[in-house]
Amino acid sequence: MSTAISPLYRKRLFINRLALTLALAAMAVGMIFLLWILTVLVIKGIGGLNLAVFTQMTPSPGSPGGLLNAIFGSFVMVLLGTLIATPIGILAGIYLAEFGRRGWVAPTTRFVNDILLSAPSIIIGLFVYTIYVAQVKHFSAWAGAIALAIIAIPVIVRTTETMLMLVPASLREAAAALGAPEWKVVSYVALRAVRSGVITGVLLAVARISGETAPLLFTSLNNQFWSSDLNAPMANLPVVIFQFAMSPFENWVQLAWAGAMLITFSVLAINIITRVVFRQRTE
Amino acid sequence: MSLTEASPISGNSPKEKYVSTEEQQRQIAARLVRQRFQDAAFRKVTLSFALLVLLLLGAIIGSLVWGSYPIFEKFGFGFLTSRDWNPVTNEYGAANAIYGTVVTSFIALLIAFPVSFGIAIFLTELCPAWLKRPLGTAVELLAAIPSIIYGMWGLFVFAPLFADYVQPFLTKNFGDIPLIGQLFQGAPMGIGMLTAGIILAVMVIPFIASVMRDVFEIVPPVLKESAYGLGATTWEVVRNIVLPYTKAGVVGGTMLGLGRALGETMAVTFVIGNTPKIAASLFEPGASIASTIANEFAEAGEGGHIAALIGVGLVLFLITFVVLALAKVMLMQLSKREGART
Amino acid sequence: MNAVLESVETLPAANPKITVRNLNFFYGGFQGLKDINLDILERRITAFIGPSGCGKSTLLRTLNRMYDLYPGQRAEGEIVMNGKNVLDKSQDVNLLRAKVGMVFQKPTPFPMSIYDNIAFGVKLYENLSKAEMDERVEWALNKAAIWGEAKDKLKQSGLSLSGGQQQRLCIARAVAVKPEVVLLDEPTSALDPISTAKIEELLHELKQDYTIAIVTHNMQQAARVSDFTAYMYLGDLVEYGVTDELFIKPKKKETEDYITGRFG
Repeated sequence: MSTAISPLYRKRLFINRLALTLALAAMAVGMIFLLWILTVLVIKGIGGLNLAVFTQMTPSPGSPGGLLNAIFGSFVMVLLGTLIATPIGILAGIYLAEFGRRGWVAPTTRFVNDILLSAPSIIIGLFVYTIYVAQVKHFSAWAGAIALAIIAIPVIVRTTETMLMLVPASLREAAAALGAPEWKVVSYVALRAVRSGVITGVLLAVARISGETAPLLFTSLNNQFWSSDLNAPMANLPVVIFQFAMSPFENWVQLAWAGAMLITFSVLAINIITRVVFRQRTE
Repeated sequence: MSLTEASPISGNSPKEKYVSTEEQQRQIAARLVRQRFQDAAFRKVTLSFALLVLLLLGAIIGSLVWGSYPIFEKFGFGFLTSRDWNPVTNEYGAANAIYGTVVTSFIALLIAFPVSFGIAIFLTELCPAWLKRPLGTAVELLAAIPSIIYGMWGLFVFAPLFADYVQPFLTKNFGDIPLIGQLFQGAPMGIGMLTAGIILAVMVIPFIASVMRDVFEIVPPVLKESAYGLGATTWEVVRNIVLPYTKAGVVGGTMLGLGRALGETMAVTFVIGNTPKIAASLFEPGASIASTIANEFAEAGEGGHIAALIGVGLVLFLITFVVLALAKVMLMQLSKREGART
Repeated sequence: MNAVLESVETLPAANPKITVRNLNFFYGGFQGLKDINLDILERRITAFIGPSGCGKSTLLRTLNRMYDLYPGQRAEGEIVMNGKNVLDKSQDVNLLRAKVGMVFQKPTPFPMSIYDNIAFGVKLYENLSKAEMDERVEWALNKAAIWGEAKDKLKQSGLSLSGGQQQRLCIARAVAVKPEVVLLDEPTSALDPISTAKIEELLHELKQDYTIAIVTHNMQQAARVSDFTAYMYLGDLVEYGVTDELFIKPKKKETEDYITGRFG
């Protein structure tokens, strides 16, 4: 068999090398964009990052100020949204994992859940506007929290179900063999076994909704001043950034970059921490 | 074992007085009834929350239909094809927005698909073991960056560079080619359809790459070794064995990316130029459905404007729904085949 | 171990095809093969037996440098074929694998038609016309005794065949490229007895043209099929000799213990 370095073989080797080089280049491109964006954030944001950001309210154009009301508002709405979404998500996830073997409810819910997971968040905002804000005729932090909750629920359902499915049958059977009723097997044994995974899911949902802007545009709107009234429009970081960044005022733009840096690094921190902690637990 | 010793069934502590057997059995029976009731309640409660998810989808579609009804009643199907979007005269046509959404998403996929494919090949075939986890996480971090950040970076950093270097280059070298040249005409403003498409591509790459990487890793090593055993190169193994094997997953992952691109709001709003129009050149500004809603909702007055915005929202949701449903079906096909195989 | 060359009078003379000298193999820090020395003779069937983890599959996979795909695995020593040390860095791995074919425990038809399964390997190294390729495919399927069952299904997916048929397809695929050596790693352990018998018959035919090395955990199979047998234990080559002699009168006590089923 003539397999000395024939032209055919040479061509194959060349194509192989070319393809693998392109793959490497693709990876490099991805990494370049990541580093580029993060670097820009730091360069542009760090100049505006000072104590005032955390102690003063959003200013009018040209005046000094901070982001305190926005940070507070985001914090409150994310917290509320998570509090609403977590029990719903976990319980629905339990249903899918534990009782989902027969019937149509589980497969359909799983299907719908995955669609909601990737649905445009602006539509969620429109939805909450139509059924709530338009009805009560005012914007509010509650509306914003509900919109965020709706975005968070599918994330939590997915991770809860995935985690519970990982619990080995032998563990459940051991609990059942002691005579424990089904609900105790699930709540005290199975759920506890995957506790860290479920918490990870909740944290990932938090990271996701912390950065969402679109749904808040027509639910909580924005508020230039301090407000802790949940029934009134409430300031929040993403919408403030949107408003300030698109404006022609320099101090506003600077604050927008500072806010952008804050959000991004918090979100990335949550992502990295959950990945590190989560991986450790499963290995 | 004495009946008075502690046991999970009777719950007696050793100190309790002796209880008759009939009493014990009655207690056990009562406990079992209670447990059956608790289990049934547990099942019902979790079921209701699962149904809540279904209800949510129905409510979303329902509310969008209801909110946009006035517009469809007034314009009928013409709403989808008309290019007149004029809040002042109450003329609304979704064609510009639909065009913008579809074109930017298409550009995004065109760029994102090969790049994601390359990243997935790199992570599964080339990457040294110790780098796999960090690089994989880094790719996923791209997905975690909030959309508004992409918007700001796009507008303030990327767009100027694009206008100064890339756009003139494209116009000079491709502008004169018949047909394709049309795409690259016009003043280099930096923002526009092409810019929006590129930024969308970067946002969508991590989603597609993740799915591709996951399905590539499912390919049984024995199958790949069989091909290597015949003297095939790595690229030949990927092209002839891995790709056909994971076909459904690759398509599903790509459609997932498409679904995301269609619905992206903030990044697109910053860089698309927000001018509802349909033009041949990609350098022109445009508008997507999501960017239109984001921009105009705050000032939308009474009358048809809000209903029109909800109307385009409904269109967007339906398009996304179909795309995401197809993606899910494709991905399910792959995992079913996996289950059958093992 | 050169014991094998002494007892070769019972068979027509054969030359060593692959000469293994001082072969050591490492999975990271763990040593999987310890100083292996043996000759695999041309156009004979050599079987490797031993309990799980003894290194027989590891040894097989050094012969075509399959372990190269996995960082952390490395081999030291010499494996000489056609005058060249296969373990040398300068040895082109793809070309080696074109000469040394491999069949795995689980049948692995590629996700393509039966015809393309066979054609895939051939196309890599030879430029055949359609007619020549058709001929080669038929020839290979015949060699694997599956032409009759496959000839009307050439365009159908390889997965449409039964398990035993799929494995014969894999054997056809391996011989289609006209290798010099065929390695088989427990080729029948996933198959039913009838398919197993068919494949064992096949091996008797194939040895007229190819050098065959087979790993098997089934001692009776080794006794039925092979000319030479190597017994391995925990990375060592314990005994190597003519099959009939090794099974009837093993030279080492460890070999006897294994063969009589005292352990493993």
